[in-house]
Amino acid sequence: MQQTVPYSAVLDELEAEAIHIYRETGAAFRNPVLLYSIGKDSSVLLHLAIKAFYPAPLPFPVMHIDTTWKFKEMIEFRDRRAKELGLDLRIAQNLEAMAEGVTPFTHGTHEYTRLMKTVALREGIDRYQFDAAIGGARRDEERSRAKERIFSLREPGHRWDPRKQRPEFWRTANTQLAPEQTMRVFPLSNWTELDIWRYIERENIEIPGLYFAKERPVVERGGTLLMIDDERFPLTEGEVPVMKSVRFRTLGCYPLSGAVESSADNLADLIAEMESSKVSERSGRLIDGDGGGSMEAKKAEGYF
Amino acid sequence: MSGQTPVLHLVTCGSVDDGKSTLIGRLLVETDSVPIDQLEYARTTRRGGSTVPVGEVDYSLLTDGLEAEREQGITIDVAYRHLNLPNGRRVLIADSPGHEQYTRNMAVAASNGDVAVLLVDAARGVRPQTHRHLTVCALMGVQTIIVAVNKMDLVDYSHEVFEQVMGEVRTTAARLGVQQIDGIPVSAVTGANVATKSDAMPWYKGESLLGALAIWEPVGRLVDEGFRFPVQFIVRAEGNFRGYAGTVVAGSVRPGDEVVIADSGRTANIARIVTADGDLDVATYGQAVTLTLDHEVDVTRGDILAAGTPLQPADRFGVDMVWLGEEPLAHGRSYLLISGSRSVPATVTNVRHRLDVVSGHEHAARVLNMNDIGRVEIATDRPIPMDPYSLCRDTGGFLLVDRVTADTVAAGLSRHAMRRASNVVPHVYDVDYQARASLMGHPARVVWLTGLSGSGKSTIADAAVRKLHAMGIHTYVLDGDNMRTGLNKDLGFTPEDRAENVRRVAEVSKLMRDSGVVVFVALVSPFRSDRESAATLFDKGDFIEVFVDTPVDVCSERDPKGLYAKAAAGNLPNMTGVGQAYEPPLNPDLIVHGTGDVEASADLLVAAILEA
Repeated sequence: MQQTVPYSAVLDELEAEAIHIYRETGAAFRNPVLLYSIGKDSSVLLHLAIKAFYPAPLPFPVMHIDTTWKFKEMIEFRDRRAKELGLDLRIAQNLEAMAEGVTPFTHGTHEYTRLMKTVALREGIDRYQFDAAIGGARRDEERSRAKERIFSLREPGHRWDPRKQRPEFWRTANTQLAPEQTMRVFPLSNWTELDIWRYIERENIEIPGLYFAKERPVVERGGTLLMIDDERFPLTEGEVPVMKSVRFRTLGCYPLSGAVESSADNLADLIAEMESSKVSERSGRLIDGDGGGSMEAKKAEGYF
Repeated sequence: MSGQTPVLHLVTCGSVDDGKSTLIGRLLVETDSVPIDQLEYARTTRRGGSTVPVGEVDYSLLTDGLEAEREQGITIDVAYRHLNLPNGRRVLIADSPGHEQYTRNMAVAASNGDVAVLLVDAARGVRPQTHRHLTVCALMGVQTIIVAVNKMDLVDYSHEVFEQVMGEVRTTAARLGVQQIDGIPVSAVTGANVATKSDAMPWYKGESLLGALAIWEPVGRLVDEGFRFPVQFIVRAEGNFRGYAGTVVAGSVRPGDEVVIADSGRTANIARIVTADGDLDVATYGQAVTLTLDHEVDVTRGDILAAGTPLQPADRFGVDMVWLGEEPLAHGRSYLLISGSRSVPATVTNVRHRLDVVSGHEHAARVLNMNDIGRVEIATDRPIPMDPYSLCRDTGGFLLVDRVTADTVAAGLSRHAMRRASNVVPHVYDVDYQARASLMGHPARVVWLTGLSGSGKSTIADAAVRKLHAMGIHTYVLDGDNMRTGLNKDLGFTPEDRAENVRRVAEVSKLMRDSGVVVFVALVSPFRSDRESAATLFDKGDFIEVFVDTPVDVCSERDPKGLYAKAAAGNLPNMTGVGQAYEPPLNPDLIVHGTGDVEASADLLVAAILEA
């Protein structure tokens, strides 16, 4: 007899899996860190981490890779939430590249991402000697992620070597590390974008307002709507920002985050829009735009 | 909770040639699980060998992951995808490649599988790999196997062809003890019987593939009579809160229930089932909760809280093992065994046989190589509780990890405990090491000299022993060559035999050291992991690793036993430094140079022993 499975039952199972991964990470590693990027996935990640160790406080710090080009609203949100939740917040930045004046406008997305995100992440992990970094990557984000492990091993120098990745059996994880190896851990591996939204709705998780539609100043470049978040955005001649009701599907550096026109200013409308849209999430991210396999190349360098 | 399997774990097996990528791609598209931009990509992009016209969806393009494999046109590793069935059930697909050399990937994919979809090409019929897939699925405990007889369009949708395939598959499945096997005739290319029933095969009365996945229910978990809860994390919080966090991997539990701490045999009652959303009245299979007990008992990470079917610790097990490592299994070598959240050193004491996964025959074997499956015996350094795998995957399955590289080298499935720990209880004698050491008037150590043949290990040991003897210190030298004339004369020079050689010498040195004697071991012991295993027998400081570092050309010039000459003539294939590698210690306690002054080297050893 065919019965209907309630969505919350699917979420319960995903939640239990993520909590299991968190507890294993919290116990097995010497010095883990939660990589917090302020977006919806990070908000879910953080919520699950707090649940996993309840009633004890979160047993590890959180780290934000701050490129200084994030939306202003994101930084305000980050600092407020860290305070409210009593988080041990660490900030990682590539100061050298910042001093050299690297911006998304001067260096091209690939090089900019490598310097400001990948290098900053690697340096942050090295500086604090973290042996495990927990991130919110999901297998449904991009095709090359389909083979990513939940416990993803990084070789010395943070290099991702597909041949060294460990087979994952049952719920049993091999968390052993050889000298200078580190681990990336992805508790949300089996979640989908819709699961994230449904879970935010069910658990009433606070997320930045940028996800909801609002009149915002934008310019259109190459078919992508970019928000003018501050005066650093170089307008070309004749380019005039216009006010449009837009929201963001993913949050990152504002010059690299494409907005979508929308009137969804609450969670229910947003989920309804999500369910009718069939375009993959990363299509709004300029950083992956150079070919279907580019994520693989970035990962090999140590990107998330 | 009947009718409630919110998430179904599906494993797909078959090769590209069977049309597997196309079938999965079709399942994803039919369930609306593919974003438009990716679908567009599959319409416009073509790779070498594709016969699908541009403009139509090449379903196989939806499932390939890495650039490297897209270029090669094959699938090289397990890929995880999901789809949603119309009734809301989530299907998580573990897709493993079908090529012969990837038995290990197949085992990974099947390890979590509830259901396997096994593809058979109707036009080509059952092939050796079909048996391989069935064997691995059965071994890994997949409950239901759905045989998708594909490419029915190429055999005129013939009922007879379908029945012939199913007849052969059923015979193998019966031999393997597969719980449930169903056949569905499909065409991934035309979509027949994939999402909806096809008119082309009126003789087929069963469900479409998606229909079968929507109504599947577990046959009944064997573990329903037992509760199992491996403790992952000890939660300590304000107000003296002490809870045990973990996931229920079998059965269920309620406050008030009595549970046994399987490691110690002590019992306690459940006080609370704590979650961030409030306490629960019951925790069932798959739930991640925190349990508190009604009184203080010793529980650490890795312990299992159990009820129902008894679970007792043992230190020897008969197990099936899937060998994953590139290096073959080494008899007697110490690996790290990971069972749930517990890890304990373990050795493989005996390889009983290797399984021919195609014929089902068992062949006598001494080693297992990558992708081999075999029955072996293991011994753990201390007793641990493990269920038979058939009872519970999480408490019966384990990993073996190389202690140096930290690679996962094997997946093990416990079949039975061979020796309950209670059968062998070490007797504790009143006159112990401390008593003997005080009578001797000096502490005892083990000095382990490793280095190439001819490097000067025995010579340096000899000089050091003379000095210690003159100081009134009791000594003995365990010399590799001398050991091989007696205790170890049954062993050769393969990596497996060398591991066993080192294990025996280490155990003897431990006994002798316990008797109060300073023991020198002069043994080539070329492999790092073997030496590390030996070191784990001792407390820190009692074991001194000495690297006798002598260049191989010096050793081969000395050649005191004529071995290098023989090796050069090709008569000693396993000669260390010639045919076999020597792995120098990474962090030896002492390095002495075999080209240096022997007396000075001996003085260094003596100093190290006296100050340790």
